[in-house]
Amino acid sequence: MTANGSPYAPHTDADREAMLSAVGADDEEALFDIPDDVRFDGEFGIEARGERAVRSLVDRTLSANDDLVELLGRGHYDHYVPSMVEVELTGLGVANCSMYDAATALGEAATLATRVRSTSGSRVLVPERLQKGRRRVLDNYVSGHDLAVETYPMDDGTADVEALASLADEETVMVYAETPTVRGAIEERADEIGTLADDFDAMFVLGSDPVALSVLEEPASLGADVVVGDAATLGVPTAYGMGIGLFACREGYLRQVPGRLVGAAGDDTGRRTYTLTLQTREQHIRRERATSNICTNQAWVALRTAMHAAWLGPDRLVELAGDCVERARELAARVDGVDGVRAPVHDRHHFREFVARTDRPAPAVADDLQAAGYAVHVVGDHEIQLCTTETNEDALDGFVAALREVAR
Amino acid sequence: MTDDADPETFAYDQARWTDDDERYEPLLSEKNTDAVEVETSLPDELTRDELELPSLSEPELARHYTRLSEMNYGVDSGPFPLGSCTMKYNPKFTEDVAVHPDGLVHPDRSADTVQGTLRLQYELQDYLGRIGGMDAVTLQPPAGAAGELTGILVAREYHRANDDDRSEVIVPESAHGTNFASAAMAGYDVVTLPSGEDGRVDLEALAAALSEETAALMLTNPNTLGLFERDIVEIAEMVHDVGGLLYYDGANLNALLGRARPGDMGFDIMHYNVHKTFATPHGGGGPGAGPVGVTAELAEFLPDPHVRCVSQGDTDRLSGQSPREGSDGTYERYTPDNSIGKLHGYAGNWLVLVKTFAYVARLGDEGLADASAKAVLNANYLAEQLEYEVPFGPFHHEFVASAGEQDAADAAKRMLDYGVHPPTTKWPEIVEEALMTEPTEAETKRSLDQLAAAFNAVRGDDEETLETAPEWTAAGRIDQVAAARDPELSWQALDEE
Repeated sequence: MTANGSPYAPHTDADREAMLSAVGADDEEALFDIPDDVRFDGEFGIEARGERAVRSLVDRTLSANDDLVELLGRGHYDHYVPSMVEVELTGLGVANCSMYDAATALGEAATLATRVRSTSGSRVLVPERLQKGRRRVLDNYVSGHDLAVETYPMDDGTADVEALASLADEETVMVYAETPTVRGAIEERADEIGTLADDFDAMFVLGSDPVALSVLEEPASLGADVVVGDAATLGVPTAYGMGIGLFACREGYLRQVPGRLVGAAGDDTGRRTYTLTLQTREQHIRRERATSNICTNQAWVALRTAMHAAWLGPDRLVELAGDCVERARELAARVDGVDGVRAPVHDRHHFREFVARTDRPAPAVADDLQAAGYAVHVVGDHEIQLCTTETNEDALDGFVAALREVAR
Repeated sequence: MTDDADPETFAYDQARWTDDDERYEPLLSEKNTDAVEVETSLPDELTRDELELPSLSEPELARHYTRLSEMNYGVDSGPFPLGSCTMKYNPKFTEDVAVHPDGLVHPDRSADTVQGTLRLQYELQDYLGRIGGMDAVTLQPPAGAAGELTGILVAREYHRANDDDRSEVIVPESAHGTNFASAAMAGYDVVTLPSGEDGRVDLEALAAALSEETAALMLTNPNTLGLFERDIVEIAEMVHDVGGLLYYDGANLNALLGRARPGDMGFDIMHYNVHKTFATPHGGGGPGAGPVGVTAELAEFLPDPHVRCVSQGDTDRLSGQSPREGSDGTYERYTPDNSIGKLHGYAGNWLVLVKTFAYVARLGDEGLADASAKAVLNANYLAEQLEYEVPFGPFHHEFVASAGEQDAADAAKRMLDYGVHPPTTKWPEIVEEALMTEPTEAETKRSLDQLAAAFNAVRGDDEETLETAPEWTAAGRIDQVAAARDPELSWQALDEE
C-alpha cells in the first residue's frame, strides 16, 4: 500500500515497480493520455481520514438529528418482499427484480400503459390525494410520452367511484387506485374500480404494499392488471425514504415489462439454474426502444425483503398485517378520547395510519408535539395523520398524554 | 505469471444445486410451504381466504441463504473485471456507518429535526461538486440511469425556459444502452453517432449530426474503449455553438479522479455512479445512486428538494466552501426556481449515499487520486500480459480485447472455470468479439497474473471446450433460449411442472 494512497489499492512498492516496468512507464502519470488544456492540477480539498475518524465524523454529523418518536407513514413505513414472494401476494404472474421505489414503479406502470393500450387514448386517472413524491415522479415519467395525468375525487379517504365513473371514458388508458390509500384507509370498492377500468379497456394499476397484501383481497381477483408499491415495508428500517419498488403484472404484459426478470432454466447437465431472461426488452439490447432505461435496481433490498418475509412465514405475516389494522383502530379510539381531537376522520377501516381532526390548527399541534418529542404529519389546516406499528407502540402512552397536553 | 493455468488445479469449485430429494439441501420454496387461513377483524369481503408462502425456521433460512451465497461469485470471491461496471472492493466499515441509528429517520421529518441528515447531504453534494468540477449536485436520483433521465430533463427544462424547442439527443454508438433509453424516456429522438476509426468521436460525423434540434450530446470520457476523448474541448465548443448542452456519463469517472474533471472539460451536466467510482456495493443489481452535477447556470432546474446551508450567506450558492467541522451551519430543503420536479418519491437511496460519503471522507484527495492511478496501472499491466489482441489505445481504467476467432461469450463462460469472473462481452461492437475488461485498483499484481493466466489459457482452448463451458461452477451452460421461450418466473410456475 502506498503511503497516503487508497487503503483499498493493495499494491506493494515492489509490485508497483514491476508493473510499471512491464508497461514501460516511469510512473502512473505517464499512463494518463489527457491533454494539458483539461488537466486538473488542483486539489479537491478533501481531507483523508482513518476509518475510526470517518465513523466518528458520521456519528458527530448525524447526532445533530433530534431523537423523536415518529408517528409517520404516508408511503414510508418502519416494518418488508422478493420476486418469488411478490407473485403469491399479488396473484399476478409476473414480478420483476424491482424498481427504485413506489413512485418510480407507478411511473413505469404508466409508460407500460402506452405500450399495451388498445386505443389511441392518453388519459391516466389518479386519486386527487396521493403522496406528493408519487404524483410528481409520475408527472416526470409520463412527460416524454403522449399521456396526460388527471385526478379523480376521493370520498371519505377512498376513491369516489361514482365520480371516477363519470370521468372515465374510451380515452382512458390507465386507472390508478391505492389500498390502503395515502390517508391510511382500506379501499373497499377496488373491485368496482377494476370493473370500471375494464369497461374501457384501461389498465387497472393498484398501489399497495406486501404487508397489507398478505391479508387484503388478492389484487388479481380485484381485476388489477398491475400492482405497484413499496416492498420495503419488510426488510429495511426507516431509511429516509429509501425503499424498493414493487412491480407485478399479469402474464399478458410479460414482453412489455420494464426492468430485469429472473427465470428458472435447465443447464446442460440437467440441473436447475436461474438466469436473467427476456432481456431483449432491456436497454442494453433494445436501446431507445427499450421498455425502460432501468439498469441498476434495488436487488439487495429485494433480498432483504425476501428474507424478512420468509422469516415471518405466512402465519406471522398475517398476524403482523392484522396488527396493523388493530393498532390503528386502537390508537384512533384513544386519540378520539382526547379533548380537542376527533379520530379517525374517515369512516373507514384503516391500516397502520389514519387522519385525526384537531380543533387547534394542525401545524401548532404538530409543533407542540415535536417539542414534546413526537413527529406527526400535518395533512390539512386542522388535520394530522398518525401512523403506528410495532416499532412505536411502546411510546403511544406517552404520545397520547402529550397530545392531551397540546390539543386544547 | 503462471504458465500452467489448468482448471483441474486452478479452479474454484462452486457449490451447486442438487435436485436430489434424498440429499439434504435447504431449498426454500418447494419444501416447506404453508397455507394459512387469513382471519382478521376486517370484513371477510375485504380479505383473502388464505396465504401460501414458504415457512421455515430461522436456522433453515440461514442455511438456505448461506448456501445460495456459496453459489455466487462476487467481488469478495476474486477478480471481477466486468468492464464499465467498476466492480471495486466495498469497504466493510461503510456497512456499519450506513445504518447509523441517528440516520434512520423518516423522510417527512421537518428540517429543523434532521439537521444532521441535511448536513451530511450537503457535505456530500459539496464533495461530489469538487470531484466533478460541478457547481451544484443533487443526490436524489436512485441509480445511474435515473441520473441520466434527471440530467436530460434538466436539459429539456433549460431549453424550454429559453423558449427553445429541441427534439434530438445525440449518443455515440458505443455508449451505454441506458443513454439511448433515458433520452427516449424524456421524449427525445435519439441520433446515433458513429465512432471514428481511432475509436473516438468523429468530429466530422459530429458536425453533421449537430443542429438547432440538438438538445444535448451524451458522452462518457474516457469512452467505452478506455480512450480519452482528446478533442473534448472542441467537441464542447461545437455542441455549445449550436445551443446544445454536453452531458457526461459518469460510468468511467474512476479513470480520472484528480487528473481531470468533467466540469473543466466543458460538460454542463454529469451523473456520478457512486456504486462504481465510490465503492458502494452493486448488491447483485442494486441499489446504487446516481447523483447529478450541473453548472451554476443549470442549478435552478435541479430536482426538488435541494439542500443548502443558510446561515453562512450561502443561500444562493449551492456548492462552494462548506462549513467545516465545529461550525454552526443551518441546513434547509428548498425548491429550486425552475425545478424539474421529482425523480424519486423521497430523497433517493440514503443508505448508499452515506456509504459514498464515508468512502470519500476516508480516501480524501490523495486516496482518490491513488485509486485512479492504480486502476489505470492495473488495466495497462493486465492488457500487457494478454495474448488476445487489444486493438485500441492508449487506454485508461479499462480496455477492450478481441477474442478474435473465438466467440466472446463462450470465452467468458470458460473463464469461470479458471476461478475468475469474466469481462463484459460482445460490447462495444466496434471491437470484434469484444472482451471489455476493467480490473479496478482493488487487484494485486498476483490476482492480475491469475486473471491474465485465465485469459491466456482460454485463448488456447479448443472450440468444443469453449462451447460446453463452464464445467466447475454452480450452473453449467444455461439454456437461455428455453428460458425465454417458456418463462418460469416464480416458484408456483416451477411447482406446476
